[in-house]
Amino acid sequence: MDNVVELKNLKVTFVAKQSFLKELLMKEQPLVRAVDGVNVTIKKGEILSLVGESGSGKTTLGKAILNLVDIADGEILFQNQVVNFHHKQEVRRFRQKAQVIFQDPYQSLNPKSLIIDIVAEPLEVNRLIKTEAERNERVMKALHDAGLDPPERYLYRYPYELSGGQRQRVAIASALILNPEFIVADEPVSMLDVSIRTGILKLLVELKESKGLTFLFITHDLSLAWLISDRIAIMYLGKIMEIGESDTVIKQAVHPYTQALLEVMPIPEVNRHRQRKVLSGETPNPTNIPAGCRFHPRCPHAFDRCREEEPVLQAARSNHLAACHLIEKETSQENSHD
Amino acid sequence: MKLLRVENLKTYFHISEGIVKAVDDVSFSLDDGQCLGLVGESGCGKTTTALSINRLLPPEGIIEGGEIYLESVKLTVLSDVEIRKHRWKDVSMVFQGAMNAMNPVMKIGEQIAEAVVWHQQVTHQQAWNRAKELFELVELEPGRIGGYPHEFSGGMKQRAMIAMALACDPKLVIGDEPTTALDVMVQAQILNLLDRLRKTLKMGLIIITHDLSILGETCDRIAVMYAGKIVEIGSTEDVYDRHMHPYTHRLLMGFPNIHRPKLMPEPIPGSPPDLIRPPSGCRFHPRCDYAQEICQEQEPGMTTAGNGHSYACHFGGAFNG
Repeated sequence: MDNVVELKNLKVTFVAKQSFLKELLMKEQPLVRAVDGVNVTIKKGEILSLVGESGSGKTTLGKAILNLVDIADGEILFQNQVVNFHHKQEVRRFRQKAQVIFQDPYQSLNPKSLIIDIVAEPLEVNRLIKTEAERNERVMKALHDAGLDPPERYLYRYPYELSGGQRQRVAIASALILNPEFIVADEPVSMLDVSIRTGILKLLVELKESKGLTFLFITHDLSLAWLISDRIAIMYLGKIMEIGESDTVIKQAVHPYTQALLEVMPIPEVNRHRQRKVLSGETPNPTNIPAGCRFHPRCPHAFDRCREEEPVLQAARSNHLAACHLIEKETSQENSHD
Repeated sequence: MKLLRVENLKTYFHISEGIVKAVDDVSFSLDDGQCLGLVGESGCGKTTTALSINRLLPPEGIIEGGEIYLESVKLTVLSDVEIRKHRWKDVSMVFQGAMNAMNPVMKIGEQIAEAVVWHQQVTHQQAWNRAKELFELVELEPGRIGGYPHEFSGGMKQRAMIAMALACDPKLVIGDEPTTALDVMVQAQILNLLDRLRKTLKMGLIIITHDLSILGETCDRIAVMYAGKIVEIGSTEDVYDRHMHPYTHRLLMGFPNIHRPKLMPEPIPGSPPDLIRPPSGCRFHPRCDYAQEICQEQEPGMTTAGNGHSYACHFGGAFNG
């Protein structure tokens, strides 16, 4: 399968905000390593879910792919070509093919614009239409594709007249209008009620199937990731900890962090006696990432090597990678038993 | 003995567009030391029910009918001054969005002590000592009692909020979306904590949430609300495994279960109704797959299915075949 997006050692850093006095006194500003060396390929026509807790860098990674934040290091390949973000026209072409859907449809739509103007804006920015009729037609098609039927009913309304689910569909329509190849969907359903969110999820899967669209679906909810995606990547403190087919990651998780997330994942069934193994503490501050494996201070299986050497993503089985020293430890133990 | 009885509660909001029937004829009860999950989507009236119990409604929200009893005290007839004796001491609340519920320029310990001083005849020193005890109870580092809210993480602030709610040993704690803004790991920590506290302190607990999937481990009973009414109530087992209302069914299907086959759930068509002009008959009928003529005309009463399990539907269990 073709790769749509390929990330090579991608890094994004931010300068942590300090009080004025500290800024004066300190020579070096502390750096937040939000995305800290990520290698991922996203294949054509798949939904890859990026799962992590808040502060894991999942949103920053999504923004970095779209050049909405500057990257500090590494490369982004789009359809096997390195994207040069300093080349204006190249960025413009890239932006037409890669779109984004944000989390909160109450904030992402301009409250003073009509739906038709919101959805048509990408066409105008890119000067892609000549006539009013063409504009109308494209907007209607996009609204229809986003499941707002009949589209005429929505054209001349304002966002406040629509429900949360309908607003999110408008946001999806404006992402679809340029016929993109790739969409970053950043927690697109986390603000929506359960009865509404399944409709949006279904729409994303349908778009993948009917148009061959590729999605990076960013979420904190493992069960949603399992439901809609082909593959799942687990992110912790700026790094991918585990990546593989969604069923494999959920049912045969290798990384202790993934296992911990699965342990606390709510499951809609009666279980009064479920004894969860809950990790204590919270994710450490990304200005001060632990040495060695960044998960070792919270890991129940950590051993000496984890404190010293950072594990790289390695194959646990085919198409299933995890960044954990346990994989080697276990295989070497198995070999010594033979 | 029943700790809490809510009988035919009607809470309406009088706004310029009309009267919003936010809670319309809601009845349920809670035994001593029991945990009830009150679940529903936004606008279903779950928070309004909680605010009615504590009489913390905004001025436009008026209890138009029904009674609320806490043990033998009728809360609905108490004056604004009298209700204060019961707030916090008998019923306390953990509010949604702990991040914003605290005073940013006041030490966390002081904020907890303040709750103690307000409701009990104690000196400031005694209140501060009580705050220290509470800090330990909710598993916060005692050394951080002098910290300010911005120095606490989301999970720690939620723990401090729980400490505050426990300040006067209430008989009933109402948690309004106590874990909504938190990460899964912290959510599990907070749910474990609430469960442990309820059992050791033998208090009643009501958890209000939109997330039906978190209730299976902590609640004894679950009440499902839709458009201002309870549509189904029963033991956690009954609601999860033997539910009869189509809305409960659809709601549960909306939460993927990794122990079951992967199935994309069908969305519920339409959107929740306008509570100024709620639909006639059964309020769920415009969105229901099994609705027939009678559903438009006649509001279903509660049908009992035994063991305290009841549901409001003319065709209960129709989705089973």
